[in-house]
Amino acid sequence: MPHTDVVVTGLGATTPLGGDVASTWDAMLAGRSGVGPLTQEWAQNLPVRIAAQLAVEPSEKIERVKLRRLDRSEAVALIAAHEAWADAGLADSGLDTERLAVSVGTGIGGAMTLLAQDDILEASGPRKVSPHTVPMLMPNGPAAWVGLELGAKAGVHSVASACATGAEAIAQGLDIIRSGRADVVVAGGTEAVVHPLPIAGFASMRAMSVRNDEPERASRPWDKGRDGFVLGEGAGVVVLERAEHAKARGARVYARLAGTGITSDGFDIVQPDPEGRGFVRAVRKALAEADLAGSDVVHVNAHATSTPTGDMVEVAGLRAAIGDHVVLTSTKSMTGHLLGAAGAVETIATILAIRDGVIPPTVNLDDPEDGLLDVAAHKARHVDVPVALNNSFGFGGHNVALLFTRP
Amino acid sequence: MTRDEIIAGLAEILEEVAGVNPDDVAEEKSFTDELDVDSLSMVEVVVAAEEKFGVKIPDNEVQNLKTVGDAVSYIESNA
Repeated sequence: MPHTDVVVTGLGATTPLGGDVASTWDAMLAGRSGVGPLTQEWAQNLPVRIAAQLAVEPSEKIERVKLRRLDRSEAVALIAAHEAWADAGLADSGLDTERLAVSVGTGIGGAMTLLAQDDILEASGPRKVSPHTVPMLMPNGPAAWVGLELGAKAGVHSVASACATGAEAIAQGLDIIRSGRADVVVAGGTEAVVHPLPIAGFASMRAMSVRNDEPERASRPWDKGRDGFVLGEGAGVVVLERAEHAKARGARVYARLAGTGITSDGFDIVQPDPEGRGFVRAVRKALAEADLAGSDVVHVNAHATSTPTGDMVEVAGLRAAIGDHVVLTSTKSMTGHLLGAAGAVETIATILAIRDGVIPPTVNLDDPEDGLLDVAAHKARHVDVPVALNNSFGFGGHNVALLFTRP
Repeated sequence: MTRDEIIAGLAEILEEVAGVNPDDVAEEKSFTDELDVDSLSMVEVVVAAEEKFGVKIPDNEVQNLKTVGDAVSYIESNA
């Protein structure tokens, strides 16, 4: 049965590199790092004292009283969603909101709210706990707020698959349109947990870089000197639209979401399958759904977080699933790891690579691993990109592959 | 504390919690219909008022506080 064609008509983001898509993309192409020192007092006793914090505070875009009711993860999701919505030309377009759905996930959710309100509970008692606590910390909060503000009435969804969340939310958006339930899905991921507890937890797993003296050099995927990921915060949102619907309203189309692959490892709660079998299956599913061959894929925006084990498992999997010819990059070398937002922000970078014919660099790749594929190291690379793949993996054994093509 | 002083104190809380313009706060104004204070924000207003004015405002009393004037009277007679 032929698939319904689905295209991307809007992009929105707020990241450690910029407060919107244009500034984030410019910074990526320039190879700028969004990683810096954590100067807050609470950070000084942590083993990890670096992070990729937002370039633009939500308070610059959302007024104070409204912001009081939003967890930071909800605020950044709203900022990205409104940008994508306007970018798609859907504001005041008269779209039937009963045909509009939302799929916006988060990896960790409202942990900042939970911890702040717990401090209030301990210090001042239950009556002082904010009545906004529950809608701020619930993991469907970001999706619900986006749905509320855009008036979406075809369903609001919030997948949670750790660091694969943003990509899986987009994959789910495709399924929603193909099921016939909606014409437009606002899809993406959000995360904002730069806080001592998540940092301490990840650091206890020895998953994070402790290159505290050189923040901008800490995120170094595939480099022999890498020692873990750098935590980042932000959100990415795309507008997915049934291609015929986009055409009928004369929308500008960035790319086609040609196929997705979602698999689970069934191997370990945090360790990736050492042979990357689940990931290889995900890529093959995406290719099959898109009716493309591995040889068609020119560029891969890799998951590559800068951890010692994960980065090269992915390379082996790519070699098996699509071959040796692709040009990789890891934009996490600049943004840090945005956890539940990573797959969505990287989807935007993948789409813009197709649009502009330029692959953003992987910075800090000074001493590449043996057996690495071709990487756009240090500098952006200009190359025609008709087909590109974006990968995301998450704790829990989640694998998501998204395949985009030129419209 | 005079009624005007209580109104000024409530106006400060309403601005902080719900973004209400202090100039709009007057005795006859309804919290929900005229000042647009929703139920969750009203809970915050009550808790902040208890602290500011040193009163206890039980939950079953809150439903009787329809207008700013109702709240002023309650605070005046219970502080």
